[in-house]
Amino acid sequence: MTKSYASGFQALKLVNLDINKGEIFALLGPNGAGKTTLINIICGIVTMSSGSVIADGHDIVRNYRAARSMIGLVPQELSTDAFETVWATVSFSRGLFGRAPNSNFIEGLLRDLSLLDKRNSRIMTLSGGMKRRVMIAKALSHEPQILFLDEPTAGVDVELRRDMWNLVRGLREKGVTIILTTHYIEEAEEMADRIGVINKGTLMLVEDKKELMKQLGKKQLTLHLQTPLTQIPGELAPFNLELKNGGADLVHTVESASSVDISAMLQRLSDLSIVIKDLQTHQSSLEDIFVKLVSERT
Amino acid sequence: MSNAAPARFNRHGVWAIYRFEMARALRTLVQSLVTPVITTSLYFVVFGAAIGSRLTTASGISYGAFIVPGLIMLALFTESLSNASFGIYFPKFTGTIYELLSAPVSYVEIVIAYVGAAASKSIGLGLIILATAALFVPIKILHPGWMIAFLVMTASTFSLFGFIIGIWAKGFEQLQFIPMLIITPLTFLGGAFYSIDMLPPAWRAFSLFNPIVYLISGFRWSFYGTADVSVAISLSMTIGFFAILLSLVAWIFKTGYRLKS
Ligand SMILES: Nc1ncnc2c1ncn2[C@@H]1O[C@H](COP(=O)(O)OP(=O)(O)OP(=O)(O)O)[C@@H](O)[C@H]1O
Ligand SMILES: [Mg+2]
Repeated sequence: MTKSYASGFQALKLVNLDINKGEIFALLGPNGAGKTTLINIICGIVTMSSGSVIADGHDIVRNYRAARSMIGLVPQELSTDAFETVWATVSFSRGLFGRAPNSNFIEGLLRDLSLLDKRNSRIMTLSGGMKRRVMIAKALSHEPQILFLDEPTAGVDVELRRDMWNLVRGLREKGVTIILTTHYIEEAEEMADRIGVINKGTLMLVEDKKELMKQLGKKQLTLHLQTPLTQIPGELAPFNLELKNGGADLVHTVESASSVDISAMLQRLSDLSIVIKDLQTHQSSLEDIFVKLVSERT
Repeated sequence: MSNAAPARFNRHGVWAIYRFEMARALRTLVQSLVTPVITTSLYFVVFGAAIGSRLTTASGISYGAFIVPGLIMLALFTESLSNASFGIYFPKFTGTIYELLSAPVSYVEIVIAYVGAAASKSIGLGLIILATAALFVPIKILHPGWMIAFLVMTASTFSLFGFIIGIWAKGFEQLQFIPMLIITPLTFLGGAFYSIDMLPPAWRAFSLFNPIVYLISGFRWSFYGTADVSVAISLSMTIGFFAILLSLVAWIFKTGYRLKS
């Protein structure tokens, strides 16, 4: 699909994406990348300029009733009614999505979200974190099989974030497909099965998380030396070493695929009487990968 | 979790919206009841007793009784417009409209729910005004069936109109704009408080361009059997207006005008 807004701004430049049933897909990207635009198109809030979207076999435009019935959305912005009670607003959502009332289900949902004791409170009396949970309850009220979470943990405290992660995992176990956007790389790293990176309206990468970590994840071993070296001795040539920090640090980079015998390397160092004062390892995180991707390709 | 195939008509959705809109009115029930009762009583004190006692109408009905249909119509216009426009404007304003746009409801269902709720409220209000008026003047209704028909049609038409204004409006002042600047003047000039027969011929001819004249005249006919213009024309004007608004709303939803970007 593509999307140009009325202003002429092209928010999505030919995005092509498949989501697997039952997976957690994390969409990462800097501010203004087009994440919300993508989600809003799929959910029917924004009209696309060209292209098509199929949700579980249903075209989201031609067969919007079937498609939307199975989709739930927690939008990025916190927008709720003010005067309604929690119970009323969640029941409203269930009805709106065409489901018959089921107070047992809603009660269970509110319990899972620790909102049961607030069921009769007006929404305006709730805290921001509680409102966010109300919005999640609304999105889940019609038992959707596909759930979109647009920055679910923005401005949420650590505890609630953990709760949310657990909730998402629980939903996945029930077979719900989850697409979430986030700025917290650790969140994607922790939760997602697959990761997509979008920047300036272009999907730059879609990859299995483990594959991604393996392919791009670099491991580095830094050896802090007792006495700085001016150059790497020839005996150490096979070990992919670099001198850093004015010769005080010897850095060994492990490309994920290769397997270098670290003990042999340390043995060789000791043979050369190079004394190691301290050592440190670093494995590049998704964050490094992300920063690299977004800065490299723009 | 399991989802059955969605129904062809999302009655749960329509009911949810309708109930939500009605609940909004019920929260301010006292206001919704007391205000029209007081306003109507004031009209009777001012127009019915103070001025009306010096006026006579051609048809031999007391002036107080004569203005009742006009008063009800005036309330019907303004309440339908404000209820329906606010009902759809507010979610746009707060952002909660996202849910409506992402829900499996057709535009026909959305219109039925919002317009139905706004019309129900103003019909209720019309009946309250009628009951209040009956305390002041003797009222007879010659054609109750037609009276209800005009009441329902007018409430629905103006609610639909209000709904469109609510979608069009970009700010609260625009919500007030059309009711204040167009509908209220047209109502006052449209024979709510006088028969256009009382006007000089030139004004009279001019009045016939005012669509409100036809609505009020038809409604008054259902009470007293006298009309300024033919009832058939009144009826077709109402239906015609409704049809124009329906096609406008169809276009709005087809293009996503001021709803989707
Ligand atoms: N209604 C609109 N009209 C015009 N441009 C818009 C509109 N909505 C979004 N945009 C633009 O489209 C681009 C993508 O916006 P979008 O909200 O999809 O970004 P995002 O990836 O969700 O960003 P964030 O992380 O800040 O939420 C931005 O440059 C934004 O300014
Ligand atoms: Mg966003």
